Amino acid sequence: MSTNVKGVLGEKLGMTQVWDDNNKVVPVTVVKAGPCVVTQVRTPENDGYSAVQIAFGAIDPRKVNKPAAGHFEKAGVTPRRHLVEIRTADASEYVLGQELSAGTFEVGQMVDIVGTTKGKGFAGVMKRHGFHGLRATHGVQRKHRSPGSIGGCSTPGRVFKGMKMAGRMGGERQTTLNLRIQGVDLERGLILVKGAIPGPKGGLVFVRSAVKEARA
Amino acid sequence: MKTLDAVDASSLRSDIPAFRAGDNLKVHVKVVEGNKTRVQVFQGVVIARAGSGVAESFTVRKVSYGVGVERIFPLHTPIIEKIEVVSRGDVRRAKLYYLRDLRGKAAKIKEKRDRVPAKPGA
Repeated sequence: MSTNVKGVLGEKLGMTQVWDDNNKVVPVTVVKAGPCVVTQVRTPENDGYSAVQIAFGAIDPRKVNKPAAGHFEKAGVTPRRHLVEIRTADASEYVLGQELSAGTFEVGQMVDIVGTTKGKGFAGVMKRHGFHGLRATHGVQRKHRSPGSIGGCSTPGRVFKGMKMAGRMGGERQTTLNLRIQGVDLERGLILVKGAIPGPKGGLVFVRSAVKEARA
Repeated sequence: MKTLDAVDASSLRSDIPAFRAGDNLKVHVKVVEGNKTRVQVFQGVVIARAGSGVAESFTVRKVSYGVGVERIFPLHTPIIEKIEVVSRGDVRRAKLYYLRDLRGKAAKIKEKRDRVPAKPGA
């Protein structure tokens, strides 16, 4: 771990489009980044690794339990709703209570975005796993969206674990890699990211510098 | 999409004249060739306006050497230098896709005449 990772928590506001320098339309997702505060700096001496812990989101102070309240008090900030830790080599450059927002990133940089996908409820195999279902005609009766066979007969005499079947879809953590920052609005604290990101509008997202950026 | 109005505001153009389906337009398009830019005029009938906000677009149709040509422009694209409304059309549809099946005189759109208010006491 010798890389300097930057990160910020934010809220997905929605998608729109902008024009780039070549007058081409670019689809962008707008993320309201921060304001986040640094609540803890982890050092190799104290914790065995270096990282920075940041917090984001307003919360009623009455809802914060005593241990968490003490943690925030130690950092000298009001309690926040979400906490996240970023493993980074340059953690010592952060100070407690420091504010982070859209200025963390610059235009053209590649980032990864972590979010929770939209819940789809109980979904069938066609929607959930992209199965093709059965035929529309040729004698298929009331089975057009079914999975078909799920295994053999007396050998193996059971259904293998992990068999793709219908079930709850969405609502899970997803990381979208290598998204380009199209614009940064420091005044309003917005980041414009090219492409789509997981989650609904208003959902919590974590933006961090790309871990697998393609080297030119 | 009110939350993003502030983001879109910088992309919106304010110099777009009012026009609707059936109007005849001259669209002055900037064309980049190598490192030179020139302006090309695309003249034709607006057969549709689609979308809203920053993503709104319009379709212009013309018949060039007997071949129908349609071009879809984003309304707020920076490649449009200016839009001239040549004439306004008298049509009863918002989408004039039926023009694609018509040729010659049948594909002609009547020009819209502003109704002159009746003189009082006449």
